[in-house]
Amino acid sequence: MEQHAEVLIGRPWHQRVPTWRDAVATLLVLAIVMLLGSGAHQMVAPFVAAQQPRISLSPAVLPVYALRTTLRMLAALVASLIFTFIYATPAAKSRRAETVLIPLLDVLQSVPVLGYLSFTVVFFVSLFPGTSLGPELAAIFAIFTAQAWNMTFSFYQSLITIPTDLDEVSRSFRFSGWQRFWRLEVPFAMPGLIWNMMMSMSGGWFFVVASEAISVGNIQVTLPGIGSYVALAIQQRDLAAVGWAIVAMTVTILIYDQLLFRPLVAWADKFRFEHTAAVVVPRSWVLDLFRGASFLRLLGKPIGGAVQATLRARLALPRKPRWLPVFALPRRAADVAWFGLLLAGLAYVGWKLMEFAEPELSWGDVTIAVNNGVLTFLRVVILIALASVVWVPIGVGVGLRPKLAEKVQPIAQFLAAFPANLLFPVAVFLIVKFVLDPKIWLSPLMILGTQWYILFNVIAGASAFPNDFREAAASFRIRGWHWWRQVMLPGIFPYYVTGAITASGGAWNASIVSEAVSWGPTKLSGSGLGAYIAQMTEAGDYPRIALGVAVMSVFVITMNRLLWRPLYAFAQRRTRLD
Amino acid sequence: MASPANKPVIEMHKVCKVFAKPSGEPLAALADIELSLREGEILGLLGRSGSGKSTLLRIAGGLIRPTSGEVLYRGQPLSEPAEGIAVVFQSFALFPWLTVLENVEAGLDALGLAHDEARRRAMSAIDLIGLDGFQSAYPRELSGGMRQRVGFARAIVIEPVLLLMDEPFSALDVLTAETLRTDFLDLWIERQLPTKSVLLVTHNIEEAIMMCDRILVLSTNPGRIAAEIPVPLAHPRNRLDTEFHNIVDEFYSILTSRATESIGAQRQIHGGLAQPLPPVPINLLAGFIEALASPPYQGRAELARIAGALALDIGELFLIAEALHILEFAELQEGAIKLTAAGRVFAQSGMEERKRLFSEHLLQFVPLAAHIHHVLNEREGHLAPRVRFESELEDHLNPSDTEKTLRAVIDWGRYAELFTYDGETRTFTARNLVANS
Repeated sequence: MEQHAEVLIGRPWHQRVPTWRDAVATLLVLAIVMLLGSGAHQMVAPFVAAQQPRISLSPAVLPVYALRTTLRMLAALVASLIFTFIYATPAAKSRRAETVLIPLLDVLQSVPVLGYLSFTVVFFVSLFPGTSLGPELAAIFAIFTAQAWNMTFSFYQSLITIPTDLDEVSRSFRFSGWQRFWRLEVPFAMPGLIWNMMMSMSGGWFFVVASEAISVGNIQVTLPGIGSYVALAIQQRDLAAVGWAIVAMTVTILIYDQLLFRPLVAWADKFRFEHTAAVVVPRSWVLDLFRGASFLRLLGKPIGGAVQATLRARLALPRKPRWLPVFALPRRAADVAWFGLLLAGLAYVGWKLMEFAEPELSWGDVTIAVNNGVLTFLRVVILIALASVVWVPIGVGVGLRPKLAEKVQPIAQFLAAFPANLLFPVAVFLIVKFVLDPKIWLSPLMILGTQWYILFNVIAGASAFPNDFREAAASFRIRGWHWWRQVMLPGIFPYYVTGAITASGGAWNASIVSEAVSWGPTKLSGSGLGAYIAQMTEAGDYPRIALGVAVMSVFVITMNRLLWRPLYAFAQRRTRLD
Repeated sequence: MASPANKPVIEMHKVCKVFAKPSGEPLAALADIELSLREGEILGLLGRSGSGKSTLLRIAGGLIRPTSGEVLYRGQPLSEPAEGIAVVFQSFALFPWLTVLENVEAGLDALGLAHDEARRRAMSAIDLIGLDGFQSAYPRELSGGMRQRVGFARAIVIEPVLLLMDEPFSALDVLTAETLRTDFLDLWIERQLPTKSVLLVTHNIEEAIMMCDRILVLSTNPGRIAAEIPVPLAHPRNRLDTEFHNIVDEFYSILTSRATESIGAQRQIHGGLAQPLPPVPINLLAGFIEALASPPYQGRAELARIAGALALDIGELFLIAEALHILEFAELQEGAIKLTAAGRVFAQSGMEERKRLFSEHLLQFVPLAAHIHHVLNEREGHLAPRVRFESELEDHLNPSDTEKTLRAVIDWGRYAELFTYDGETRTFTARNLVANS
């Protein structure tokens, strides 16, 4: 459910994709989820839980746990990258594939991440009975679902906006598909892809923590990692252990940033498409280190050479011999056949869905889920509004002071990446101690981790605000409320919308973890859709998990369509000079 | 160099290209193109923007398929990019993530050469084109001229039979463009290039005469071949030669007579209401009139001369000249432009007087402006939506001309204080009414 400005803007495909396709895609995703779930349901019986590794609360084990958690993240990132290449390429190149794949992706990203987890864990566990590989894969898959969609969207957007002249060069040189992919398409998409990978990682930390200690119905899975460490700490009411976990996570994220993303960003600077030199060239000491290490480079050269040669090889499919008759339906007929096939498939899926849901669910269940959805919706709206009131003035204040912004910006980005669910126990401890109403006081947890997106986007907007506008405003002595209303707020509006979109998407996602929390034997529930899904997951009630997930997807999609997308389009229109 | 006995490299017969506008309407870009490019020849395609000359070049390169007609490359039908054709782009089109050397080698990738062979050929192309020492630089570190040298090196490294050049010098400053042109011509004349023939697209008349053996002039909307002019001058050519001058003058007279003819013809259709107007901002018109009225021109200038003096390219120059011709502030004749009596008065006047004079001419000589003015005064509320006039124009003009014409009439009408236009609500309002309220 990563929400990204780029994916929500009215770029070309939105105009080409009317909304009935969304409905269709929603149906498809639900069907797949339900069928997987029902299949898994039947597999529960013969399942015998593998030997559960024992989790220790000693701080000494934390480095190893952190490493395992990080490895899961990396594995998911690689999977997401592969998925991105495989999924986005046909979506960008085939008109017919696009009509299915893109709305589908839109729905996939609105399904709450933990919704995937409850359905897939049983499936993965039963794939590899008796080993911990199954649960590992399930956790990795859950992280993958938190990372892949926005990367895929970014890659797709890049592919459909490849500059005409580079496209023509590649065609006139007669690059093969393989050469074109590595010479033109991937490099061109690289900056956006890396930025989205970083955003994905931020989202990923949140879910890696949530997916290491899974309990769906009667299945209990714990994987050694920071997440399960925290889960155990909660169970045993050990606040000191929670503190250690927070420290470990902080260090892990910092190391990860230095060792992976800084070098990646510095390296990817050469893929920037603008022909002008950058004002600030991103640097990384790690990259400098490797670039300076001549012996290592000597060792790496044959490998690099081999990779280069592979990427530059033609690897073209053999051309169709001329004497072979060209079999091609007329365009219209092919369209009719394609959409006919789609419709038939959908009808079948719809029927199966009805068959699955009918004996289990009643309209009463739907009403309960929707009512819970409204509650969560209200929370999201109020919290975003509150966070905006707090962070917009602060962000502007910081952004207009370049020296300060330089210091605050990395902190805001770090806070956005930090998995806020590690802090939940602290909050719960306080709520229990002061006997506060969980319906109100659990709500802020939803936005604990995602409010920073508003802050750092506003800082970015204020820093990018043209200096001559500020000087013009000052020379006309525009001050106070007028200054906000006519100068600053319109200036940062597009940035703010980008941040708010991400924050709202994150809040929906977090609701599953934050509306129902526990501290040892004490269980707190704030009601709402997140709590509903969490409770159904604990009970292993698949039809109702699916219902909750579906209702949440519908809420998120509706909010995107009716609120965020128009706002974004408005921001784009109003702040352009040409 | 080229003689009819030489084999044709590329031939086109009855080539037409129709694009679908986003609205679905067809837009004819090229009609009935007949051309043949022979070995040893540099053929120029000269035309203004919108004449479809770049489309024609892309058809020759197999990048775009014609809607109808036949394209033959060395006698074989051409339907996709073929071996032996290379393109040099106006925007250079270099891969920003590859170094100079890698960019040049990229051209060889598709040939599947061995690494050493590719490196050798790339280095010799870099050497030939004067890029030695820049191999490991990235394009963004280079100046525009050096970037286009990479563009040339990348094209000639594949040893093309046919070199297609799409306004290769027009993104460069004047001096750089001149150097690059001369260097290229030297290589061509000394036959150091493996290339057999060149197709050059340009909107710069002098450039075309400097480089080409033969020039095709394209008309606009749709692009047709309006004239074919041979350039029988020996290389190296000198801009200051009388013969060179004569050919430049010949070009300008052809272009001016075509412009006046088409303006005259359009006045006949539909009472001149659907006459396409060039969207030239009022400041540019006024500035041009002032320049033309003052020494050394004293009211009359050779287009070739004033274009150079005011640093206007041919497209801009003709837009201004046509606008003034339509408004009867100046007159186009035989490659020259001459202020009318009204034009001289305009040049002498102050702001209020200029506005009054301009509004008189606008009402008298631009039927569309008079029509809008009339409709606004007739209507209750003195308002009219843009779409009303848009649909009238679209009966006779294609959508892009309609857009430009409305843009021109809005700008001119605002200046003349005949009417105002609200871009948000897309409505016209009568101006005298606004002034009163």
